[in-house]
Amino acid sequence: MSLLKPGHRGCAGCCDALAAKFVLDALGEDCIVVSPTGCLEVFTSPYPESSWGVPWIHSLFENAAAVASGIEAALKAMGKMNDTKVVVIGGDGATMDIGLQAISGAFERGHDLIYICIDNEAYMNTGIQRSSGTPMYANTTTSPAGKASFGNPLNKKNMPAIIAAHGSPYVATASVAYAPDMIRKVKKAAQIKGPTYVHVHAPCCTGWKFEGSKTIEVGRLAVETALWPLYEMEKSEVTGVRKIKNRKPVEEYLKAQGRFRHLFTMEGGAEEIKKIQATADWNVKHFGLEVRELKLMKK
Amino acid sequence: MRNRMVVVEGSYAVAHAVKVCKPHVISAYPITPQTHIVEDLSQFAADGEMNCAYMNVESEFSAISALIGSSAAGARTYSATTSQGLALMHEALFNASGMRLPIIMTVVNRALSAPINIWNDQQDSISQRDTGWIQLYAEDVQESADMIPQLYKIAEDEGVLLPAMACMDGFILSHVYEPVILLEQSLTDEFLPDYSPEFVLDPKNPMSFGTFADPTTYTEFRYKQEKAMGVALKKIEEVAIEFSEKYGRYYGGLIDGYMLEDAEIVIMAMGSVIGTIKDTIDMLRKDGESVGLLKVRSFRPFPADEIRKALKNANVVITLDKNISVGKNEGALCTEVKACMYNNIDASAPVIGFMLGHGGRDIPISTIVKIINKAKLVEKGIFVESEFADLREDLA
Repeated sequence: MSLLKPGHRGCAGCCDALAAKFVLDALGEDCIVVSPTGCLEVFTSPYPESSWGVPWIHSLFENAAAVASGIEAALKAMGKMNDTKVVVIGGDGATMDIGLQAISGAFERGHDLIYICIDNEAYMNTGIQRSSGTPMYANTTTSPAGKASFGNPLNKKNMPAIIAAHGSPYVATASVAYAPDMIRKVKKAAQIKGPTYVHVHAPCCTGWKFEGSKTIEVGRLAVETALWPLYEMEKSEVTGVRKIKNRKPVEEYLKAQGRFRHLFTMEGGAEEIKKIQATADWNVKHFGLEVRELKLMKK
Repeated sequence: MRNRMVVVEGSYAVAHAVKVCKPHVISAYPITPQTHIVEDLSQFAADGEMNCAYMNVESEFSAISALIGSSAAGARTYSATTSQGLALMHEALFNASGMRLPIIMTVVNRALSAPINIWNDQQDSISQRDTGWIQLYAEDVQESADMIPQLYKIAEDEGVLLPAMACMDGFILSHVYEPVILLEQSLTDEFLPDYSPEFVLDPKNPMSFGTFADPTTYTEFRYKQEKAMGVALKKIEEVAIEFSEKYGRYYGGLIDGYMLEDAEIVIMAMGSVIGTIKDTIDMLRKDGESVGLLKVRSFRPFPADEIRKALKNANVVITLDKNISVGKNEGALCTEVKACMYNNIDASAPVIGFMLGHGGRDIPISTIVKIINKAKLVEKGIFVESEFADLREDLA
C-alpha cells in the first residue's frame, strides 16, 4: 500500500494527493516530510487521523524550508541522519510567494533536503486566489476576468530558475501526468547531496474547472503544448529535456479548462491567446523541445 | 572544588551557560543587543568547544522555525533574540508552544520601533505574553546565566513540554561586566539530564506533528497547554531549589521578597531594576520607612496565589513596568497584579502602577523615591491609578 494512506479528504481527481503519493513511492519509508499550510496539509491530517505513513510535520505557511533545515541539522548533530531524506512537499503559494525567503536561506546554507513544489497555480485551499504561480489570463477569484480584464495580467514566476541561481546541484520540472518521469526525478533528487528541487505541475480540477477524471489529460496537454516544459538542471546548466513530438496549439490546453473559458467568449480573446502561444513558442526555443527531423545529406 | 568568580560580560556568561547545557542545534539571527551572545556561541562552536550545529539563518523567523524542526526531531535547541526579532517570530512562537516543543531562548529585552530605539525596556517580551511560552525575568548577570539550565530542566519535564524565554535587560545586563561564577560543566551534567523526548520525528516510528484540529478538538489542546503551565508553576519552584542545592545560588522560584515581611509599602518589579529598588529600600529603611520588595521572577506562568500571599500584610502595592499597553495607560505587571488582587479576600491593598524606563531611560534611586512618596499620598486620599513616572516635562 502507498505510504499516503487512503481515507484522506482530497477531492476526487486531486493533483496534490497524486503528487504526494508519487513522492513517497520514490522515497520509501526512510524520510521525514515537512508540509507548509495548504490543501495537502489540511486534507491529510484531520486530528486524530493522519494519512501519513512516514514522519510528518506541519508548522506554518511560510517556514517549511526553515523547519526542514532544522530537522536536517538536528539529525546530523545527533548522529541520526544515516540515509534519512528530509523532504518538503509544498504548494505554489507556500513556495513561490510567502515561503520564498526561507527557501532561499535553506538553499544558500546547502542543507541535505529535497524541496518538492506541487504547483497548482493558485491558492486553492482558500478558494482559488491568484499566486505568483498563476499563469497569464487565468481566471481566479482575485484575478477575475471581467469587462476590463482578461484575468491574471502577469506571467508565472520562474521559480526553477530562482532555485538554480542558488547553485542547487539538481533542479527539475515534472508533472503529475508523467508519473514515471516524476518518480525518477524525485529519486534522482534524493540521491544528490545538497538542497535539490523538483517543481511539479499539478492540474487542480476544482480550481481550474475541469472534470476530476481529466487531471492526467489536462496535465499532458500542458506538456504537449510546451506550456509546461519538462527539464532537468544540474548546477544551473540544463542537462536534459523531454522533447515534444507533434506539438499541439495552446488552444487545446486552454479549452480543456474553465479558468480560460473567457478567452474564447470575450471579444479580443483570440489576440490574447496569441500571447500565450508566444510563451509556449519561447519555451520550445529556449529548452530545445522540438524533435528535429534529420535530413540525410546525399554525398 | 567550586569555580572562582571571574569578571566577564553578561552575554559571555549566558553563552557559557548555554554551552554547558550541550544543545544540539543553535539557530539565530543577529540583532542588537543580542549579538554578543551569539558571537560567543559561534566562537565556542568554531573552537570545537561545542558539539552542536550552529545555524546562521536569514531571519529571526527562520531561526525559530528551524528550531521547531530541530526540537520535533528530538534535539535540545537554543536561540537568542530581542525586540524586532522577537516580534518577527510572533507567529512561530504560538506554533512552538502549541506543538509542545521545549525550545529555550534568551530574550535580551529592548524597546520596539517606532521610534526605533536599541535600548532596554520590556515591551518586546511582554508583547509575547499570550504565546504560550514560559517567561522568567533575571535580576542580574548571574541569574541570567543560571536561568538557562533551570529552564531546560523545567521546559523538558514531560509534564511541562513548553518553550521558555529567559528574559534579561538589554545592555544593562547583556553588556555589563560583572563578577560571576561560570557554570561548571560537571555540576551541570549532574543537574540537567539528557533530553530524550517520547514524541519525535523518527522514520522507525512515524508520527504526525502539527495536524489540523477542528472545533471538536481544538479547545482541549489549549486546555492542556494551560494545565502544563500549572505543572510549570510547581516545577519552577522545585528546580530553583534543586539548583540552589547543587550550585549554592537561589534567586527565588516564582517570586522573591526583600524586606517584605513587615513592609507597609511593597514595590513589585521584574528584571534589572530590582537591584536599584533594593538599594533604595536599604536607604529608606535606615530612615525608618516601612518599604519592601516583591520580585516577580515568573511572569508566565503567573504566580497569582504566591503573590496574594506575599501581599497579605501590605498597605499599598506599587508596580513598576518597563512597558505599556497603549490605550490602557498601564503596564502589564500592574494589570496582572490588580487582576489577581480583585478576588482576594485576605488582602485589599490598593495597587498603583508606574511606567518607567522606556527605550533605555535610566532609572535612578531618585525616581524610585519619588514613586514611593507619591504612593504614600494614598493614605491622604490622593489616589493615582497608573502613570508614567519619569516623563520629561519639557517634551510631554
